[in-house]
Amino acid sequence: MKTSRNNLFEPQHVKAALLQAFIKLHPKVMIKNPVMFTVEIGTLVMAYVTIYSITHKGEGSPVYNFAVFIVLLLTLLFANFAEAIAEARGKAQADSLRKTREETPAKALNAEGHIELRSSGMLKKGDLFLCEAGDTIPCDGEIIKGIATIDESAITGESAPVIRESGGDKSSVTGGTKVLSDQITVQVSTAPGESFLDRMIALVEGTSRQKTPNEIALTILLSSFTIVFIIVCLTLKPFADYANTPVTIAALISLFVCLIPTTIGGLLSAIGIAGMDRALRANVITKSGKAVETAGDIDVLLLDKTGTITIGNRKATHFYATEQVTEDRFIDAAVLSSLADETPEGKSIVELAASIQSGKVWQAPEGAVFIQFTAETRSSGMDTPEGRSIRKGAFDSIRKKVQRAGNTFPVDVENHVKNISSNGGTPLVVVENLEVLGVIELQDIIKPGISERFERLRKMGVKTVMVTGDNPLTAKFIAEKAGVDDFIAEAKPEDKMNYIKAEQALGKLVAMMGDGTNDAPALAQADVGVAMNSGTQAAKEAGNMVDLDNDPTKLIEIVEIGKQLLITRGTLTTFSIANDIAKYFAIVPALFIASIPGLQKLNIMNLHSPESAILAAVIFNAIIIPILIPLALKGVVYKPIGASALLRRNLLIYGLGGIIAPFIGIKLIDLLVGLFV
Amino acid sequence: MNTEILGVIAVYLLTLVIAIPLGKYLAEVFAGEKVWTDFLKPVEAGIFKLSGINPKVEMTWKEHMKALLTINLVWLVYGFFVLMHQDKLPMNPDGNPGMSPDLAFNTIISFVVNCNLQHYSGETGVSYLTQHFVLMFLQFVSCATGIAAAVVLFRAFRDKTTQNLGNFWDYFLKSITRLLLPLSLLMALILAFNGTPTSYEGQDQFISLQGDTVNVSRGPAAPFIAIKHLGTNGGGWFGANSAHPLENPNYLSNSVELIAQVIIPIAMVIAFGYYIRRRKLGWMIFGMMTLGMLLLLIPMIASETAGSATIESMGISQATGAMEGKEVRFGPAISAYWSTVTTIISTGSVNNMHDSSMPLSGAWQLLGMMINAFYGGCGVGVLNYFVYLIIAVFISGLMVGRTPEFLGHKVESREVKIAAIITLLSPFLILAGTALATYVYTNHGTADWAVQPSNWLNNPDFHGFSELLYEVTSSNANNGSGFEGLADNNIFWNVLTGFVLLLGRFLPIIGPVAIAGILGAKKFIPESAGTLRTDTLTFSLMTFAVIIVLNALSYFPALVLGPLAEYFTY
Repeated sequence: MKTSRNNLFEPQHVKAALLQAFIKLHPKVMIKNPVMFTVEIGTLVMAYVTIYSITHKGEGSPVYNFAVFIVLLLTLLFANFAEAIAEARGKAQADSLRKTREETPAKALNAEGHIELRSSGMLKKGDLFLCEAGDTIPCDGEIIKGIATIDESAITGESAPVIRESGGDKSSVTGGTKVLSDQITVQVSTAPGESFLDRMIALVEGTSRQKTPNEIALTILLSSFTIVFIIVCLTLKPFADYANTPVTIAALISLFVCLIPTTIGGLLSAIGIAGMDRALRANVITKSGKAVETAGDIDVLLLDKTGTITIGNRKATHFYATEQVTEDRFIDAAVLSSLADETPEGKSIVELAASIQSGKVWQAPEGAVFIQFTAETRSSGMDTPEGRSIRKGAFDSIRKKVQRAGNTFPVDVENHVKNISSNGGTPLVVVENLEVLGVIELQDIIKPGISERFERLRKMGVKTVMVTGDNPLTAKFIAEKAGVDDFIAEAKPEDKMNYIKAEQALGKLVAMMGDGTNDAPALAQADVGVAMNSGTQAAKEAGNMVDLDNDPTKLIEIVEIGKQLLITRGTLTTFSIANDIAKYFAIVPALFIASIPGLQKLNIMNLHSPESAILAAVIFNAIIIPILIPLALKGVVYKPIGASALLRRNLLIYGLGGIIAPFIGIKLIDLLVGLFV
Repeated sequence: MNTEILGVIAVYLLTLVIAIPLGKYLAEVFAGEKVWTDFLKPVEAGIFKLSGINPKVEMTWKEHMKALLTINLVWLVYGFFVLMHQDKLPMNPDGNPGMSPDLAFNTIISFVVNCNLQHYSGETGVSYLTQHFVLMFLQFVSCATGIAAAVVLFRAFRDKTTQNLGNFWDYFLKSITRLLLPLSLLMALILAFNGTPTSYEGQDQFISLQGDTVNVSRGPAAPFIAIKHLGTNGGGWFGANSAHPLENPNYLSNSVELIAQVIIPIAMVIAFGYYIRRRKLGWMIFGMMTLGMLLLLIPMIASETAGSATIESMGISQATGAMEGKEVRFGPAISAYWSTVTTIISTGSVNNMHDSSMPLSGAWQLLGMMINAFYGGCGVGVLNYFVYLIIAVFISGLMVGRTPEFLGHKVESREVKIAAIITLLSPFLILAGTALATYVYTNHGTADWAVQPSNWLNNPDFHGFSELLYEVTSSNANNGSGFEGLADNNIFWNVLTGFVLLLGRFLPIIGPVAIAGILGAKKFIPESAGTLRTDTLTFSLMTFAVIIVLNALSYFPALVLGPLAEYFTY
């Protein structure tokens, strides 16, 4: 579903948004946005004044009043359009997701275990259904029986099929994905229409979007500014009467609309929706807008080592044979011990051997017995009929067995073991009939570019913590190499939880990613818990976001989206307020110049006439909204350069820029308007 | 550089020399650390025992505000009745009459709220008893109220997370015993030796050179004038305030009074930094306040020393600057400095008549009171600045992409709501109050009142508008200075300014203390690279910009119609 960064203004979106802009004029909708609601009232008053001025004198010419009315109406429409286009884009994004979950027939299993065909919309939580090769999975669920390869490209865009099986951490399937082989029995985990995806779709479409705490606080502040300007404009009437200056209603309303923060007021909800949309484009499903915002605040980020910091699993990188045996014999034994080993480590040993021995293929001898790895023996291997008993395993457990059998553990092997450990690798000792042959070095491969990402996080003020089951020595080595700030070694599930709690007790916000059921408590405890889409249902329920790509470094993007959301609001607020200075210099002299000619000196922009000055100010006020829509949708760029430097930068651009831009804009519009007035 | 300017610089530097160590001292006093004035402890213990107060009981911000409001209400009721019936009470050698209810209402409010608007004249309006035991008493306790409220705010940020903000009575009493009383005593002595009366006898008489018999009011004025300045009260013993030769006899007394009114406001800012162990923040706030002061002071000195072009065109020499309404013994430069500090901090005492200031000076005086946070009144200056700071924290927090936080506490919608209401309050009171006055003046000028509204103003036109605006602004800022030229002792003005005074005092105290209390109780978040530090120059300038922009946007039209129209027209 990965969409390319599409055009901001797709024609079909614009068309839908234009219609919505008018529909949203309904006062019931408008009142949710107090700032723009006051503009709507002003517009209605202007409509009345326009009609009134046709038959009465003293309120200016009807044409002029009508012009003001039109500009105010445009201001409203522009603001509505901003929200509508954000919604339209979100909706399009959501529709492409929804396509994946069109009505599909489900092979539901009834109480007797018989298959009956049912529409996916009829499935309820807890129902069972069957999926065979070629079937599209009708809704989200958990495999309770069987194993299957599944094509998840509809959701993740990743074409390689993945394996999902009952039990364990890879048991969850997503509606819309396709079973490629085998047969699975799935239990419905969320009824259609209530899944994360459905929730996200509702969020992006704006239907169930609730204001986030920061958004509420900002709305309060903007409302109070609006009230201040209501007071300023209402009291201006008696002030003007005192000064014997008639002030027209058109002028007062124009002044009011120019002063109140319409720019940010008009764009506020568009910014919020666009933020959710960006999260969705990053293939992250969030349960609430608040979660995205919180992501921008996090201080600590917990990351699993495997798959996040390092590529997949450890790989064999070296064979070190003891001096007593030939390398060939050692490699031969190492391979035999790993032939039946399905773990990635085991496979990598065979691969490495094959590359050293230029493509040699090993066959297990007839009648050989494979010994599986157990936590007790901490070794695995193979017993051949001719009496060879080959084992590979952890250094200390093998050494114990070797010494118990009365054999000596060769010093050179022991040295290799030490070297490997101190280089962050994992040594696997290979023995045949309890005689040491050598040691295999397994190494973690750190993902390219990962340390740059950690550096970026550090500059944002986020501390990264690596979680690994490795011993502290190995963990430390990898942590240093990858550039993480801290690590939890030999981590048990409860260690993650404790670490999160300890950081939270210090007042920090913690984010983590997880997929397993045993991650669920920690995901719930974390302030931002991101579950992998491939993870278990429990993990997905516990977290507040789901990453469809199963990409553990996705958190970095989420943090940036969260920050961008706040920055966009903050900078546009600053811009909006800073604009007022120029508007004052346009309108206030215009209001009083007739009776107090001295105030001409305040007309520093040298505007054409009082009427053109006021029109220029309201026109600027209106068109700045559509001009800023692209910025609101794309978000203000976040640069991790430290808070003070970022503040300086944004203050210069949006604060100082906000003061200067309208002086230029209003002057230009005035020159244009002056041609007609 | 001429000596007048040097005088201003010297007075300011001397102020700093006293205020900075005083700030460190205050931080120690309120933190309960050992200080050299601890010998007063038994006295304080005695007072607490007498009043049945345990000063060790910790209070939440709500309990603090309850205590503060209760005691203020008691003073209000007590003073109201004493002022109304002062003619029947002792210590009234000049036989001054009791106050009318509306004047008593206005006067008592104005003294309780640390404003001292004074719609009466000290010589004829009050007795020695009321001067002493109502007005001077209130000058002490209203100032101590402000300081105690500020210390509650300090306390909220001293520890990481706390609800216990110390004891109100403890802060309150210490403000008096450790700060106001000793300093007032010292200053009263200096004034007495410079010729300020300190006597309980009634009016004196002399025959002037023209042969007129002149009655000269006297009284125990020196201590009153001391606390009037130290406590940023501003209410004069005599009607002419510190322009009166007995209230402010010479350049030395003038300097002492100037220094006295600024030291505690500055010391409180320094104390904030020391008390919460973030000295840099204290210095930054001090720096911004000083910047604000300079931006008002320099143009004011320039316009006052330059004099009026209109008078110049009449062929009258103005070698000494604009001298109308100024005392010859002070001159325009130090008078402009006085006008600046008396309006930016909420003293409101005057040594020259603001009504006669140059038009632009009038604008700066008004702006100083509208902002009311460049140093500001005793304690309340820091509180006012804090509200601006919270708004700045919120907007800049968003701009750096993090939920805004101040000193490790998240600033969320509840705090923003309170800050927004307080920010809203001043424009509302000032503009609505002025609008009401102009409405009555324009439309009901001939109303059948004791003083007809059309007779309110000595100078109609733009200057008259400034007079109306100034009166309401001064009330809202709890400043107390007047543009004068306004007939203000009548029911309309007594009642209107009475309500503006009350609202303009207590809401801006409760608001910031509430914000601080709520923030202090929140979880403490340690700093990270993403945290926006509030003690940097960038952030401080942001706060400064917020102050300027908010006030400019609220008051620009009003200032245009008053002083600016006057400036551009004449």
